[in-house]
Amino acid sequence: MKTISAQEITAAVRQLCMDVNYDLPADVEQALQNGLKREESPFGQYCLEQILQNCQMARESRQAMCQDTGIAVVYLEVGQEVHITDGSLADAVNEGVRQGYADGYLRKSVVMEPLFGRDNTGDNTPAVIHTEIVPGDQLRIMVVPKGGGSENMGAVKMLKPADGLEGAKKFILDTVRNAGGNPCPPIVVGIGVGGTMEKAPMLAKKALTREIGSRNENALYAELEEELLTEINKTGIGPQGLGGHVTALAVHIEYYPTHIAMLPVAVNINCHAARHKEVVL
Amino acid sequence: MSDIKKLTTPLTEEAIKGLKAGDSVALSGVIYTARDKAHKRLVETLAEGKELPVELQNQLIYYVGPAPAKPGQPIGSCGPTTSSRMDSYAPVLMRQAGLKGMLGKGPRNQSVVDAMKECTAVYLAAIGGTGVSISHAVKKAEVIAYEELGTEAIRRLEVEDLPCIVAIDWEGNNLYQSGIEQYRED
Repeated sequence: MKTISAQEITAAVRQLCMDVNYDLPADVEQALQNGLKREESPFGQYCLEQILQNCQMARESRQAMCQDTGIAVVYLEVGQEVHITDGSLADAVNEGVRQGYADGYLRKSVVMEPLFGRDNTGDNTPAVIHTEIVPGDQLRIMVVPKGGGSENMGAVKMLKPADGLEGAKKFILDTVRNAGGNPCPPIVVGIGVGGTMEKAPMLAKKALTREIGSRNENALYAELEEELLTEINKTGIGPQGLGGHVTALAVHIEYYPTHIAMLPVAVNINCHAARHKEVVL
Repeated sequence: MSDIKKLTTPLTEEAIKGLKAGDSVALSGVIYTARDKAHKRLVETLAEGKELPVELQNQLIYYVGPAPAKPGQPIGSCGPTTSSRMDSYAPVLMRQAGLKGMLGKGPRNQSVVDAMKECTAVYLAAIGGTGVSISHAVKKAEVIAYEELGTEAIRRLEVEDLPCIVAIDWEGNNLYQSGIEQYRED
């Protein structure tokens, strides 16, 4: 049994919120560098150069790389032998988001209620929190700030089993083509296949946090990731949608068993600022 | 890419007609920020026949919701937001308020392009996700309307050589279409 106080969790989340918005993960930066090498479009090259330069400036000046510092998606893997004291877990996370976004000069982009007033909560809370109970005595916290421009371009569809692989590929490619320049390409494409109506997008979002270009352990899915990446980079969308070869940096697929009658497919798109950072307490 | 053309606000028809899709532009002068909620209010105000809180005749709107400024800086990170969310409002502002320029990112729909041709207006694109470098082009920023909207308030920005690209010109030439056509292989 390990005891972790709510205050420790708040402090960790506060720090993650700042760091994740200032410091693009090295694998994403490397993928952008690789993209610059293979891009032939002059606009595409210019965009990638500017994006890389901006990423350097943000890291050095500790400023948000993008003004859209997102709604904070927080993944918690709670070891079943962890005991949290001095407050509730969700409150501790939200307090960390509140402090991180205030102290880090990060934008407050969350509205309290979506349909009628859409009043800004003023502190970027609440976070969207996904909690999983896992074996062990550790608490893993990952913060994923998700921007609106790219999130709006995602989609989920309940396909028929008869639609099969071809139907899934068509839906994925149509979703990316339809997104065009809106989600700030080059994008990272997270795909969830299987499960249920809500499980597929959960898989798709989590897939965005994989190391860029890592492959699914299942060889068939790994091959599909490669194939879709090639197809997406043939669309011509290119960096910022101004035309080019580098439309996506990576395609990551996660799958889950599903019902005999179902074939859910979800596509979650991330902009080139594929931000995620984690800490283990 | 072309040589960089200087563009200064307020925008004249002559200056707009001198811009072609694909031109690189260094934008200077006063520009106004507005995004989703401010646009909704501006268009509602026009529908009610009331006066706008900002004079938009020959002006340019930048689609941005900036991050808070750190001490000593005029503004925080301030790159463009997705312009297509403003597509249902932009034609009204061009036709009824004299708006001549828009700065954002990403494609626009046909109704926006039609209004641009009719009103001789230009759509510029800045690079999404380069908010820190764009913030260096902003010399001064002040909230002039809808302060309660926080990041969505209307701000008056003084900018110097803000780097952008003519994405759609006044004749409707559209880099989002021609650029993709040029490189598509599927």
